[in-house]
Amino acid sequence: MTKNRLRQLKERAVKGFFFTHGILSTLVLLGIFALLLYTAVPAFRDIRVGEFLTTKLWDPTSPLKPVYGILSQIMSTLLVTAGALVIAIPIGVGVAAYLSDVAHWRVREIVKPIVEILAGIPSVVVGFLGIVLVGPFLAKISGQSHGLNALNGSLLLAIMSLPTIISISEDSLSAVPQVYSEASLALAGSRWQTLVRVKIPAALSGIIAAVMLGMGRAIGETMTVLMATGNARSFPTSFFQSVRTMTSNIAIELGEVPYYTTHYYALFAVGLVLFIMTFIVNLIADVVLRKYQEREL
Amino acid sequence: MKKKTFVQFLGFFALRVCLYLVLAALLVILFDIGKKGAGTISWEFLSKPPRRGMTEGGIFPAIFGTFLVTIVTAVLAIPLGMFTAIYLNEYARQSRLTRLIRLSIRNLSGVPSIVYGLFGVILFVNILEFGTSILSAGLTLGLMTLPWTITASEEALKTIPNSYREGSLALGATKWQSIRTNVLPYALPGMLTGTVLGLARAAGETAPIMFTGAAFYLPMLPKSLSDQFMALPYHLYIMATQHHDILKVRPLAYGTALVLIVLVLGMNMAAVVIRFRLRRKRRM
Repeated sequence: MTKNRLRQLKERAVKGFFFTHGILSTLVLLGIFALLLYTAVPAFRDIRVGEFLTTKLWDPTSPLKPVYGILSQIMSTLLVTAGALVIAIPIGVGVAAYLSDVAHWRVREIVKPIVEILAGIPSVVVGFLGIVLVGPFLAKISGQSHGLNALNGSLLLAIMSLPTIISISEDSLSAVPQVYSEASLALAGSRWQTLVRVKIPAALSGIIAAVMLGMGRAIGETMTVLMATGNARSFPTSFFQSVRTMTSNIAIELGEVPYYTTHYYALFAVGLVLFIMTFIVNLIADVVLRKYQEREL
Repeated sequence: MKKKTFVQFLGFFALRVCLYLVLAALLVILFDIGKKGAGTISWEFLSKPPRRGMTEGGIFPAIFGTFLVTIVTAVLAIPLGMFTAIYLNEYARQSRLTRLIRLSIRNLSGVPSIVYGLFGVILFVNILEFGTSILSAGLTLGLMTLPWTITASEEALKTIPNSYREGSLALGATKWQSIRTNVLPYALPGMLTGTVLGLARAAGETAPIMFTGAAFYLPMLPKSLSDQFMALPYHLYIMATQHHDILKVRPLAYGTALVLIVLVLGMNMAAVVIRFRLRRKRRM
């Protein structure tokens, strides 16, 4: 009888133990958003939200009148990310299609972990290669004095988002029911036609989710763009121009800014915009992916 | 008919080219860093501090700092992540609330690392007054790793069939007994693999530690968790962009990059080996 009670108590204690941890990490993770919001809001005592989002000039240290506008940074982030996706989507989906439809299964088993290695390379190393390899190369072909520009960032971010795009696209291509391709092949479609007109359309939502996740990674990447894109504050007009993204701007200025000033709060506001952008992109990817998996079942 | 096979030939060829491009990118990265970094690596480089304004000497303080900060990260992220995953998968009722919690955790794993850096600055450096220190940086990295560990651990728990749990419950075991004896032993390899992968990513991160504790140069090794530290990724960033004589220290930067890559990929490899060995043991 007492042994039974002891056992019950122990069960309850164990459950309480895990429950506490579950609640704790949920609170901490939600707290991140709350605290970010809380620290960003004071910035808008001095800056109007509309101006913050639509002004091109960011000059917080101006002795006359500090200006806080992040439009140039947002456009730089979008430019570099768009460039990365233009490169990474065809290549990534191409590799995924090759692995799922053309390659021998042994090739697939070897190539998949190799692609994972690419995902494991730290971003600071990729940025370093932007300086020592990609930069000089771009300088040579464009005739500029250095190659630290938006295109450099795009090339590197493309490489960094490829593993995500490849592995999730490959998963969704492999998950297309066999009967789809069999039906197409039985109607005398070639393997290529089956791939392009049946399998890729059927896996499209998974591929879109893969691209969104890759995009989220590219938007939020800091070290690579900080090191490779040159960080000029101007409004971006071409890929061969040096740009400063939202992430680099935070990284450059956070180290020097005095705590609890408008400038300090404004950097958190930039972080908040960044947080919201990536959260939306990831949320879309997540919803698309879940819906797709539910349909599978 | 001929045209169709020709198109297919071209199409598959194009796909193959895509694969070669990706493999070439990886090879170029590894080859360039391996070749130019290997010349710098020596026992002195690995075991001595930098000298003469970081133009000579080694990177030992940076290796040591990365090691320390990764331990703090692990202490926060591993137990909290695993226990949370156990709660979510084994105990929590599958309600709308748990689904919402899961959704937020998954999305938090995609939040940019610099945003975690910002968070670390407010919470650990300013509000909790840990200052710029190993503790602040490690906790910041720990929070960043937490969503990954939770998600990976839950994935591992999910692969255990329900019949394992039910079989044990039917024999009169309590819930905890059946989790301990019938679920955890089989899920642990997957949980550990996911966790070590998360730690490897954290060890290579720069943005979250830049403002929470990593230092440009320190003459002495850190003595306690409240000291600043040097870290491999930050050291590489400094050597590549901030040093006063960047071209002169380029070989040192290459050496640092090589050590960092070997460390991070080594941890990745270790994760795979853990999974493989534990699984094989289970089967026997």
